[in-house]
Amino acid sequence: MSTTVTQLDKVKTGRWNGGRSPFNVEYGKIMMWFFLTSDAFTFSAFLIYYGTQRFAHLTWPDPDKVFQSIPLIADHGYPLVFVGIMTFILIMSSVTMVLAVEAGHRNAKKEVVGWMVATIIGGLMFIGCQAMEWTHLHHEGFWWGSIPGQEGVSPEVSLAPFFSKEISEVSAQQFANLFFTITGFHGFHVSVGILLNIIVLGMVLANTFERRGSYLMVEKVGLYWHFVDLVWVFVFTFFYLV
Amino acid sequence: MASQHHDQAVGHEEGHHEGMTKGRIWRVFFYLLAITALEFFIALVLVHGGVISKGLGVNIVYIALTLLKAYYIVAYFMHLKFETFGFIMSVTIVFLFIIYLIALMLTEGTYLKGHFSPFPFWPNP
Repeated sequence: MSTTVTQLDKVKTGRWNGGRSPFNVEYGKIMMWFFLTSDAFTFSAFLIYYGTQRFAHLTWPDPDKVFQSIPLIADHGYPLVFVGIMTFILIMSSVTMVLAVEAGHRNAKKEVVGWMVATIIGGLMFIGCQAMEWTHLHHEGFWWGSIPGQEGVSPEVSLAPFFSKEISEVSAQQFANLFFTITGFHGFHVSVGILLNIIVLGMVLANTFERRGSYLMVEKVGLYWHFVDLVWVFVFTFFYLV
Repeated sequence: MASQHHDQAVGHEEGHHEGMTKGRIWRVFFYLLAITALEFFIALVLVHGGVISKGLGVNIVYIALTLLKAYYIVAYFMHLKFETFGFIMSVTIVFLFIIYLIALMLTEGTYLKGHFSPFPFWPNP
């Protein structure tokens, strides 16, 4: 009797032949990734619409002129400085988050707590900066459905400080609506991220993950937090640089 | 049953994939910081200083640097680079649709631009 096994009877042991987890990723983490993918679609749609509008108009507010203040320090003359600080804060808080995840892999509770507290502080600082930026623009007259201007003053005068080329009320209004919608949606995500971080920090402090044996939840909330940072990278480019 | 080597498929034999060490995290952070600094250099020194003017060329550079930053965040901070090939594909390949949407909306934008152009100050008096 031959002991050779025919091709058909041979048990396949490949990744996709059953009996093992082909992605080798925990269920909740896969779902977080799929949620983030869908969320990325929402943000992409927003930013692409912004790009289309900007592309379709002959003139557009000059970001260097709209965003040139540092709240509490200087009213104008410093383009990109304040948003640079905001970008740095968010990248920094992303680093502290990934350090918390790394500490979680080593089950080092104290370090996880420290890095997560730092991440939450970074998030709050970012939201605070955004609130100041919004307040500044609101005082200048930009809001959903309103642009700078007064009775009896022609738009060419009241909008002049924000344009480098010709002036257009339609462009200014589109810019204002999209700026507050997109940064508002991003700020909402940051706020939710801070909330999730606080909840997970509470669970860390309550030893939930110590008992569970893994800090996977820190990793999941970390994924969300990095995604928020990722979106900001694109918002920063398309609103402030381009 | 020809299952002499029907070993119980071990679920997590590959569980310990390469992770992010502290040194690596800080290295990625400095890459991100350097790319951002380069963007500021282009915007504040080169464009404001008048070396290059705003336009398509510099925008392509900005977008390329942005995508590079996005790659570092997703691959290293979000750890995607260390997942299985199938998983990487399942979360990234759908972004082909985003490229398609950009192409569509640029077509739409060109059309709108053509129709707005007779009214440059519309609806200003």
